[in-house]
Amino acid sequence: MFHWLERNPFFFAVGVFLVIAYAGAVTILPDFMETARPVVGTKPYTVLELAGRQVYIKDSCNACHSQLIRPFKSETDRYGMYSLSGEYAYDRPFLWGSKRTGPDLMRVGNYRTSDWHEYHMLEPKSVVPGSIMPAYKHMFKNNADIDTAYAEALTVKKVFNAPYDQPNMPKLGTHEEAKKAVMEEAALVVADMKSQEVKEAFKRGEIKEIVALIAYLNRLK
Amino acid sequence: MQARDALNYDYSVAKCFTYAAILFGIVGMLIGVVIAYQMAFPELNYLAGEYGTYSRLRPLHTSGVIFGFLLSGIFAAWYYIGQRVLKVSLAESKFLMFISKLHFWLYMILMVIAVVTLFMGISTSKEYAELEWPLDILVVVVWVLWGLNIFGLIGIRREKTLYISIWYFIASFLGVAMLYLFNNMEVPTYFVAGTGKWYHSVSMYAGSNDAMVQWWYGHNAVGFVFTVPIIAMIYYFLPKESGQPVFSYKLSLLSFWGLMFVYLWAGGHHLIYSTVPDWVQTMGSIFSIILILPSWGSAINILLTMKGQWGQLKENPLVKLMIFASTFYMFSTLEGPILSIKSVNALAHFTDWIPGHVHDGTLGWVGFMTMAALFHMAPRMFKREIYSKKLIEAQFWIQTTGIILYFSSMWIAGITQGMMWRATDQFGNLAYSFIDTVTVLIPYYAIRATGGLLYLIGFFMFTYNMYKTMTASKAIESEPQNASPMAA
Repeated sequence: MFHWLERNPFFFAVGVFLVIAYAGAVTILPDFMETARPVVGTKPYTVLELAGRQVYIKDSCNACHSQLIRPFKSETDRYGMYSLSGEYAYDRPFLWGSKRTGPDLMRVGNYRTSDWHEYHMLEPKSVVPGSIMPAYKHMFKNNADIDTAYAEALTVKKVFNAPYDQPNMPKLGTHEEAKKAVMEEAALVVADMKSQEVKEAFKRGEIKEIVALIAYLNRLK
Repeated sequence: MQARDALNYDYSVAKCFTYAAILFGIVGMLIGVVIAYQMAFPELNYLAGEYGTYSRLRPLHTSGVIFGFLLSGIFAAWYYIGQRVLKVSLAESKFLMFISKLHFWLYMILMVIAVVTLFMGISTSKEYAELEWPLDILVVVVWVLWGLNIFGLIGIRREKTLYISIWYFIASFLGVAMLYLFNNMEVPTYFVAGTGKWYHSVSMYAGSNDAMVQWWYGHNAVGFVFTVPIIAMIYYFLPKESGQPVFSYKLSLLSFWGLMFVYLWAGGHHLIYSTVPDWVQTMGSIFSIILILPSWGSAINILLTMKGQWGQLKENPLVKLMIFASTFYMFSTLEGPILSIKSVNALAHFTDWIPGHVHDGTLGWVGFMTMAALFHMAPRMFKREIYSKKLIEAQFWIQTTGIILYFSSMWIAGITQGMMWRATDQFGNLAYSFIDTVTVLIPYYAIRATGGLLYLIGFFMFTYNMYKTMTASKAIESEPQNASPMAA
């Protein structure tokens, strides 16, 4: 049979494809049939949080920080309750990471505050002596991209039925309504921050990347 | 058919990809050295504002080396090997020639845009698949062009039976196509919402499902971009260079079909102790161990090809590079399954052992084999002797030292890190804060970076040798049969 295949490239290719694809079909498809259902209390991200999440991705925070607490005592002691599948139901993409150069951030909102994050991005060593994390000063200069975040939220709502605008769930509404909600949410974060620059920019109606990122990090609980 | 002068193979595209491999090799490895030093000396993050931080450079390093250097090397090898084992010249078909050139130029355009967008932070965050949807489409086009080329050339072949290297090239093409398509399924948000950035997208999959698809891709892309075509190359170049026939046809068969069947089960080992179903994790773990068989099957087949001819290792540095590569293949395909054992994974996952493991494979197996292949092709493509044998010897030792520094420091760092994370005092409290586990590793990061630097220096020596071979070396009249001619 093998000799015959080696003379018939078409059937050879079909054979190879079937043999390769088989494993993927067996391991991946069953779980897709039963899509992960959200744990009670898990909500889709607000537009500001999504904007922060996009900043997190833009600067590859996931290259050094995981968001997956494994079920070991050492990890639950350090980071909190271990991760459950349903907690990630609204994570597109997932951000588990593959390497911990810094600590896990799955529940960082439980034990860090807005101004801690602010100092951390501005000068990591000021809050964690010995840190090897780069400073992210440009996050205090660049504006967060609220429009793209809104587009993402709306896409997730329309295409994947994320429960925005449902009882006890984040409100999305129209683009204008969403922008207003973002400003209100950002005001709370800005109030907790120390940077005069960010505060003044906010008064002018600008939301800096750092504000959105902090909103996202505070949400991680 | 006569061995000589019967067919004039056309190497124009193979040459283009050779230049690309060298160029991206330098760029990718240079960035690798920079980010390695950034971990030991964080001040180095501020050389180029927001564009010089570790976070922007890391995806550039992985993509640059995997898709820039290595894939160019593979394409170069394909455009060389394909014609020769199918006994047909690319120049015989205008269509295939056009496709090949288009393949090269679109690939170049893709790489340039990829570099720019990654610098800007435009990323989907999925490892080794960071590009946004417009570029994903371009990737698919480039890949399809390569496929057209493979099957087109096979279609007009004169040699009836497909040589084993062709099997592996076909498998690489099909495997990567499937993996890439499924993992990069995403919805462009602009077209749904009518606002925001036009190139932004959101993944089709959420949470645990997304993770499963990503690591099904992530692990197997390593297999079908790194391992499979590199095996294709060694199965061609080692017998050619040494003049020895492949040791066993049956072993080739067994290891080929075995690898095809087992490989894609193993992705789950990236998700051990995560929230994906337990049976997926167990399956990933078990199949990773089974994967030793086909991997070692190929490696042993390759090593035994040198049976009775081990003296060639002393005389021919290219044989040495290839045998060393194969040995490193055995080493990293043993290390991988060890890391997939649940209890070992509990310690090693998320630590520096993992980049250590990846680099044994990439530097030792993939890098050495690619450079050996380019060295073997050079005298035949450019009709000149290799410029310096001594330089290859020196390069070999410098790079080998680099690899050893790399993996030994990362082993120690990884195990130290894993042990410190879980260490508790007599009352059961955590013994170390996280930052303690970072600062203790800095010396190892410095050693690792130096190992990487040695490898890069070796790569510069390789580049210089190739450049001199192309431009200044002694011309050769007729094509060498085996053992690449080298100046002292």
